[in-house]
Amino acid sequence: MKQVMRFGLLTLLTVAATGTGVALAGDHRYPAPSPLVKAECGSCHIAYPPQLLSASAWRALMSGLDRHFGTDASLDPQTAATITTFLEQNAGRKRSLSASSTLRISETRWFVHEHDEVPGSVWKSPKVKSPSNCAACHSNAEQGDFNEHNVHIPK
Amino acid sequence: MHQSPIFPFVAAAAFLVTASAAAETPADFQRSFETSARQEAAGFSGFSAQRGAAFFKATHGREWSCASCHTQNPTAPGRHAKTDKPITPLAPAANAERFTRPDKVEKWFRRNCNDVLGRACTASEKGDVLAYLVSLAK
Repeated sequence: MKQVMRFGLLTLLTVAATGTGVALAGDHRYPAPSPLVKAECGSCHIAYPPQLLSASAWRALMSGLDRHFGTDASLDPQTAATITTFLEQNAGRKRSLSASSTLRISETRWFVHEHDEVPGSVWKSPKVKSPSNCAACHSNAEQGDFNEHNVHIPK
Repeated sequence: MHQSPIFPFVAAAAFLVTASAAAETPADFQRSFETSARQEAAGFSGFSAQRGAAFFKATHGREWSCASCHTQNPTAPGRHAKTDKPITPLAPAANAERFTRPDKVEKWFRRNCNDVLGRACTASEKGDVLAYLVSLAK
C-alpha cells in the first residue's frame, strides 16, 4: 500500500515537473508544452507533441541538434538533457512509430494517414510552405490542440 | 531557531545582484564584444553600423543571410525561412527583450552564424551587427 502511494506521488510529481498529463489522442488534443519546452523547442517551429515520435527517434534527434534538418539548433548540455528526458517519458508507444526510423513527424505513417485528404496544392501554398508548419492550418497547434474542428486551411 | 534580523535584507540584496547579473543591456554586450574584438585584432578601430548592415543583408557563401529570417528591416517582425514561424523584431528599439540575456545572445549567435556563415562569428562581426541594430529607430 505504502509503495502504491509512493508510486502515485512520484507520478504526480513527474507530471507536475514536466507539465504533461495523458494525451487524448483520439481527440487530437495534447497537453500544452511546459514553458521550457515551449521556449526551446518552440522558437523555430511549434513545440511538437512528444507523443508523435518514438523514444528512440527523439533520442536520435536530440543527439544531432547541431545538424537539425539543415540548421544548427544546438542547446547547452543541461537543457538538452532535461528536454530529452521529457521527450522519452512522453514519447509515442505505437508499434508503427517504433518500426519506423524517420525523425520527421510528417513522414510517420500516422501523419501521412491523418493528412491523406489534404490536396497537394495546400502543402505548396505560400501560407503553408512546409508540413512542419502545423499552425498554418491547426489554429491552436501551439497549445497542443489538433482537433479537427479547429482546422482552417488558408486560402 | 531564530533567524538573524538582517536575513531578509541579505536575501533581497542577493536577489537584486542575481537579477542585475542576468539582465543586461545592448550596451553591455557591445562592451564585451569590444573587449574581445581588441584581442582578435590589434588594429581594431571601433564598430560600424554601416558594416553591420551590409553583413546582415548579405549572404556569406550559403543559402541564408540574417535578413532571410529577420527581414531587410529588423525593426519589423520576421518569419523563419523554412518553417514560416513568426519571429519578433530583432532591433532593441522595436523589442525591448532583445540583447538582455547573455544565454540567449550566445545561443542565437552560435546557431545563426553557423547557419549563415558555416562558422562562428568574430567579435568584430557581432559588434558591427549590434551597432547596426541599435542604430535603428522604431
